[in-house]
Amino acid sequence: MMPGPIDVLVIGGGATGAGLLRDLARRGLHCLLVEKSDMGAGTSGRYHGLLHSGARYVAKDPLAARECMMENRVLRRIAPGCIEDTAGYFVATPDDPDDYADAFLAACSASDVPAEEVPVAQLLQREPALNRAIRRAFRVPDAALEPWQLIHANLADARARGSAAWAYHRVVAIERLDGHLLSVNVVDVRTGSVTRLAVGFIVAAAGAWAGQIAALAGVDLAMSPGKGTMLIYDQRMTDTVINRCHQPGDGDIMVPLHTVAILGTTEIHVDDPDDYEITREEVAGLVAEGAKLFPDLPRMRILRAYAGVRPLYQETGTPTGDDGRAISRAHAVIDHGARDGVDNLVSIVGGKVTTYRLMAEQTANVVSRKLGVSEPCTTADDILPGQELGHTYWLGHRLAEHEQAGGGDADLVCECEFVTRSMLDGFLDANWPCSLDDVRRGTRLGMGPCQGGFCAFRVAGIVAERIANGDGTPAAEGGQDTAALVDQALTDFIRERFKGSRPIASGRQLQELWMVSGIYSGVLGIDSLPPAQPPHLEGEESSRDPR
Amino acid sequence: MTIADLVREAAAENVGLSANECLKCNVCNSVCPVARVTDRFPGPKYVGPQAQRFRLASGLSPQLPGLPVPLTPDDSVDYCSGCGFCTTACPAEVKIAEINNRARAAMRAGRRPRFRDWLLGQTDLTGRIGVAFAPIANWALQNRGLRRLAERTVGIHRNAPLPKLARRTFRSQWKADPGHVQGEEPGPDRAVVYFHGCAANYYEPNVAFAAIDVLRRNGFEVIVPPQVCCGLPLISNGLYADARKRARSNLGVLADYARRGYRIVGTSTSCTHTLKAEYREMLELDDDDARAVAEATWDICEFLLDLHDRGRLDTHFGRLDQDLPYHAPCQLRSHGIGLPALDLFALVPGLRAVDLDHDCCGIAGTYGLKNEKYDIAMAVGEPLFRKIRASGAEVAACDSETCRWQIARATATPTKHPVEILAAAYARATHGPDDAIS
Repeated sequence: MMPGPIDVLVIGGGATGAGLLRDLARRGLHCLLVEKSDMGAGTSGRYHGLLHSGARYVAKDPLAARECMMENRVLRRIAPGCIEDTAGYFVATPDDPDDYADAFLAACSASDVPAEEVPVAQLLQREPALNRAIRRAFRVPDAALEPWQLIHANLADARARGSAAWAYHRVVAIERLDGHLLSVNVVDVRTGSVTRLAVGFIVAAAGAWAGQIAALAGVDLAMSPGKGTMLIYDQRMTDTVINRCHQPGDGDIMVPLHTVAILGTTEIHVDDPDDYEITREEVAGLVAEGAKLFPDLPRMRILRAYAGVRPLYQETGTPTGDDGRAISRAHAVIDHGARDGVDNLVSIVGGKVTTYRLMAEQTANVVSRKLGVSEPCTTADDILPGQELGHTYWLGHRLAEHEQAGGGDADLVCECEFVTRSMLDGFLDANWPCSLDDVRRGTRLGMGPCQGGFCAFRVAGIVAERIANGDGTPAAEGGQDTAALVDQALTDFIRERFKGSRPIASGRQLQELWMVSGIYSGVLGIDSLPPAQPPHLEGEESSRDPR
Repeated sequence: MTIADLVREAAAENVGLSANECLKCNVCNSVCPVARVTDRFPGPKYVGPQAQRFRLASGLSPQLPGLPVPLTPDDSVDYCSGCGFCTTACPAEVKIAEINNRARAAMRAGRRPRFRDWLLGQTDLTGRIGVAFAPIANWALQNRGLRRLAERTVGIHRNAPLPKLARRTFRSQWKADPGHVQGEEPGPDRAVVYFHGCAANYYEPNVAFAAIDVLRRNGFEVIVPPQVCCGLPLISNGLYADARKRARSNLGVLADYARRGYRIVGTSTSCTHTLKAEYREMLELDDDDARAVAEATWDICEFLLDLHDRGRLDTHFGRLDQDLPYHAPCQLRSHGIGLPALDLFALVPGLRAVDLDHDCCGIAGTYGLKNEKYDIAMAVGEPLFRKIRASGAEVAACDSETCRWQIARATATPTKHPVEILAAAYARATHGPDDAIS
């Protein structure tokens, strides 16, 4: 539990919240972060994995472009292990207008985004799956960025400085007296127990859910959540980020992230960030657009479709229709003292993972000023914990490390993602108790082509051993039956995996699901387990969880 | 469309992206002869489609500044023997063996090849030098002290089955042969182009002459155009650049014959499979020349059985009253042509040919010669060797040269190419009854 008074309560465990907790902790403040689900389970964990160079925004949003490139440089310095330095290309297909490509380099230059034109033949040699009809290609410093590791590195730095972060704690009430917030009630969604926290200051870093937090404080904040749907391909058909050289639109970017490639995105306004669905039409539209970049795309295998909800916000009125792309991708720090007469509440809205640190810095500056703290921001200076290795991520590292340790398949728990028993034990030691979905986000277990088919029962067995051995596990404390707990964990996990892929599955992926379904229904009899869902699952978003 | 046509068609498809199709069903692991006998090879699923996800789409090696990063993330793929069963068994049509081979080539690219692997790839060079010094070379290859030395210095196992060199190459003998076509070549309905490969040229000219006897008996003159090693030993050892040079050289000669309607017939199942599939699939030489040659190429038994199917095979075989254990080599299965040798043996009176029904003899080209893989290769082939020893037969048969050498060495049973058996059966019809072939 949290010792001592809480200077600042940060609501939201995405990249911004985690970055803010780190920033405030480094300024000597004693803070607590609460997240209603797992860390990074919201929008931060549901994006395409792009570390922006800013080149996507140079034509329409030069400020956002400039900020992206600044932060791109910073993140390469402070979080190299979260980044695969893939480089990115903007390519002009026959469907793209000549004038956009003609003006592209100048626009990049105006926003300080380094870009250079490269011979098309050279790119085609590097990326043989690309459309051979591409006419021009520009190289930019795009990269792939792993969100969960980044979030946990920020939290680790904050924890080392005396702050705390609680996952699975949802804010259910905020106590307000006139223009001042006094306390919040948070419920542990796993146990149902409620804690009252006296707080000095609150920052809502809740992204698309910021409006809901503001409402609890009696403040009106109209968010305009924009749903972006993405498709995960089971294998990389490109090792560099590939963008269409045109005004950003649907299905015009492919990001190689770890072992998969992610095609993004759509942009559809939704009223409720918890209530949306991915339609087949959207998926088909993405594939059709993506095929302009990679002609074989319609034959390639889609593992999952998922969506993230962009925390878009416009102070003056809400946009009409689905034209979310008209709203700036830049962020805004909202001081509810000046705006709404609540003196200890700030919201941070808008933005993107690439600029999370800058958003945190600007937010922390506002909070510091209001709290009379004069310490400057230091988050751009020091490398994040666990990132000291100093080099960027590279695709083959897991396979190479496993091979150097002797190789073989005996120690592999998740074959698709090369999660070994020792990696799994390391994660469980550090994070136990946790759900299998948390294990997935932490290790990538179950994210490959079989979507947990061959690893879920293995990890369930390993978890069962851990529960049976006691030591602070839920079973040891609650006296629950080990088998029932493991059954539940396994059922939850495998059903969640199925949810993201069943609606879009066709071809091989559908065959895969039939086989996996045969393993779990036919061999393991999972359907005959009691269907009871524990109460904490209510309101969780894992059904739309990515990857 | 025949199965063989499908094999040729499939050769043109993308190898690396075929990993997309893997369902993780494990059928490949269940048929892998190597994974069955050693823990050093984690199985085709692991080194194939699973590991493929960790390799770059371009096939290039990652370059990281200031890091002692291996050029490839995986070494265990080197224990794949390349037998190709996984590919033939995969219900999802993942090109597993081909993925493995490419990965091995990527692993070797940019490194200086190990001398042993380079040497084993140069079958035409070693053959040419070997034949020139055949008496002394054959003595050296059988000398236990020198073999121990070669094991230590080069890495070729002391007991590995190295073949005996011929005193003269097939080509030089053929030039002096009365059957050698002089002057104008007969048309494609009266002649075939013969691809002898390295084995028949440097080690087993008798196989080449047996094939020529059988072809001429059936009314085909034999054209032996200039040719070099097909390149398979180079491909297997990951030396693609050298293999492409050989392939280009062969295609330059053979494509012209293929376009004129000649059929290209070979006595080495691995050479013919290389011409049919590997040039396009592994070396990515998917042009008109490669397609024309692939479509014109026949394995000798495939060709003879096709003649028989069309009622054109001379079936006047003499009697061979003997047991004949037969091993169908891995490459033959990759052809997708069934087991034509067995169908042909059934035409020979008295011949009791038995399909030994074992997957792999272990040698897999040059795999089983290597010091670190010799024991694995012997373990893979052991059930086969046991069956042959138990049969008590005086002669065994197999289409592939390296398999014949492996079986002969492991079982002390002379092992013949099927066409040698057929040639003997024809000879028996001509000359009357004689003893069994030995």
